[in-house]
Amino acid sequence: MIRVEGRGLRKVFNRRVIFRDVSFSLGEGEVLLVTGRNGSGKSTLVKIISHVLSPTAGTVEFALDGAPVKGMAARHLGLVSPYLQLYDEFTAAEHLRFAMTIRGLRPDPAGADEVLRRVGLHHRKEDAVRTYSSGMKQRLKFAFALLHRPPVLLLDEPMSNLDAEGVAMVRGVMEEQRGKGVLVVATNDLTDIERYDARVDLNGRER
Amino acid sequence: MSGKIRALPWKGLLGVWTTLVIVLSLALPMVARPEHWYEFPIVPGLEDKARIIFFHVPTAWLSVLAFVSSMVYGIRYLRRKDLHDDVRSASAAGLGLLFCLLATVTGAIWAKFSWGAFWNWDPRQTSIFVLLLIYGAYFALRSAVEVEEKRATLAAVYSVIAGVVMPFFMFVIPRVLESLHPEPLLNLEGSAGSIPVPKLQMNTTMLAVFLASLAGFTGVYYWMWTLRVRAGTVELRRATEGEDRD
Amino acid sequence: MTPHPAAARPSWIRSALSVFRKDWQSELRTRYAVSALLMFVLTTIAIVLFALGTEGAPAHALAGMLWVVIFFSGMSGLARTFVTEEERGTAMTLQLTASPSAVYTGKLLFNLVLVYAVNAVAVLLFFFFIQGFEVRTASIFLVTLFLGSTGLAVMSTLIAAIIAKANTKGTLFPVLSFPLLLPLLLAVINATRLSAEGAFFTEALGEFQVLISYIGAVLTVSYLVFDYVWKD
Repeated sequence: MIRVEGRGLRKVFNRRVIFRDVSFSLGEGEVLLVTGRNGSGKSTLVKIISHVLSPTAGTVEFALDGAPVKGMAARHLGLVSPYLQLYDEFTAAEHLRFAMTIRGLRPDPAGADEVLRRVGLHHRKEDAVRTYSSGMKQRLKFAFALLHRPPVLLLDEPMSNLDAEGVAMVRGVMEEQRGKGVLVVATNDLTDIERYDARVDLNGRER
Repeated sequence: MSGKIRALPWKGLLGVWTTLVIVLSLALPMVARPEHWYEFPIVPGLEDKARIIFFHVPTAWLSVLAFVSSMVYGIRYLRRKDLHDDVRSASAAGLGLLFCLLATVTGAIWAKFSWGAFWNWDPRQTSIFVLLLIYGAYFALRSAVEVEEKRATLAAVYSVIAGVVMPFFMFVIPRVLESLHPEPLLNLEGSAGSIPVPKLQMNTTMLAVFLASLAGFTGVYYWMWTLRVRAGTVELRRATEGEDRD
Repeated sequence: MTPHPAAARPSWIRSALSVFRKDWQSELRTRYAVSALLMFVLTTIAIVLFALGTEGAPAHALAGMLWVVIFFSGMSGLARTFVTEEERGTAMTLQLTASPSAVYTGKLLFNLVLVYAVNAVAVLLFFFFIQGFEVRTASIFLVTLFLGSTGLAVMSTLIAAIIAKANTKGTLFPVLSFPLLLPLLLAVINATRLSAEGAFFTEALGEFQVLISYIGAVLTVSYLVFDYVWKD
């Protein structure tokens, strides 16, 4: 059972307050929606929850079955974000092998195949990412984030660059995650997600 | 900061002290066999020019003190992430650079008096030069990072690494340089590592004035440092005032 | 049902080796660093050859020159591993998925392999082309080469991580590295000179001590401070 708690989060960047006093508490099966206009700090908040960026003040804590998760939460996290870059010279299959080994886990070729089929990239799995369209790259990001079955999934602008098929795939992923973990979605488009349990609106948080 | 020492008008006292030091160091006569308490012994070959010791050694001492101070405040910043610590660290480093430059120049002048050449690659000159390079690198790094917090962090880390490598200078440079380069003509005894410890024959008076100069210079350094920190703190406060309307 | 691989306990070593393998495979495919470095070594040695002309130079000068070539080669190639991640935006991917010490170790391993390879080539070219470059005590020379290269990689990797986060990366790298590498350079130049003069192995022990403690000190400090450099 995973819990994610954010308390009193505040981010100042180059002496500008991006947001302040952001708090939330999520348990298993819950969804957090983060909204705000461009530049309000949605992606920044997502990065902070992913422990990729440090907050100026406040904490984000993960707890697994009541025990706090110390240190890296890499194993328990999956992130899809426009800011997450992949390696042009590697193939999808290689990325998925890397997705496991970089987290210190053993490679899972069978699982990789399965998730590639799920995101619709299996037929291109031996091609270098350099040859991918932006929509395909977005799908690979999903594969990269899902392979290790993280209890916490963070999606920043999840539908970007995707066609109708891709959008349907994402909705399926979101539904599935809702059932077995924590889902955080940051988006401007409120049609992306219908039901949510908590919401952080970053508009007007800088004052 | 001066509030704590407000009881004593310490800056005024410092001024009197340093004036006295300068006068004494320049005015007291140097004689071959000092008989009176106010006389300095003559250093063969240097005579009056030896007086530079009252000014050169303190600058070298301060450049090391400033470095250590900068490193200590840098470590404090890494722990507490308080930008005021970074102001202290950078202020110390700036003064360190200044005094290091002075030390290099006065050291070169001394080298010219002693050995006929401005640059000698003896252990002390080399060490002070390396310290100068480190200061230069420190500021080059600072100017290359725009984000305040990152700048403070990287500068602090660099000063820590430099601090760790410092002991190697003290032990490696003297040994290696003496085997790579011949001894200078007039060997001032006691190249105690890279710390310029002149083993001129100093009598008590000379030693007293020397130590007084050291103390005076340190006082001046401290004063300059507090001024810089105050200026830096004001700038920090002014900039963050736009942040909160709490 | 076989347990899911993600259920296993993560291995730090696997993570570090993963970083190393990624850098290595990437290098094999693009060959940026290796070709640039080899060209650099060739060009510098050519310049040295022209400068020396037919006269040659005394043994200790050649010893110094070898390490000048090695130092500058290092400066031209050892920062790549961190700089490319920042430039391509993939640093965040690593920050997300691996612990800082695993990233550092992986990239250190990469730089070590690179440095050993390039320095071996530089040394061979020196022997081949430069008159008067002799080594009478091979044992001293080999140990010096190994320790010196290791120390160069260890320090350079840490500085590379620092400058990758700054603006003027290219010029900043040698500026930051040189003062801190000086003890290492002095020790290796001296030891190389000893090997050229045919000294006994034990005469170089002092230098080896310095080198080993230098490597130890810099490694320790690297692991302590890398977190601060790497995390944003």
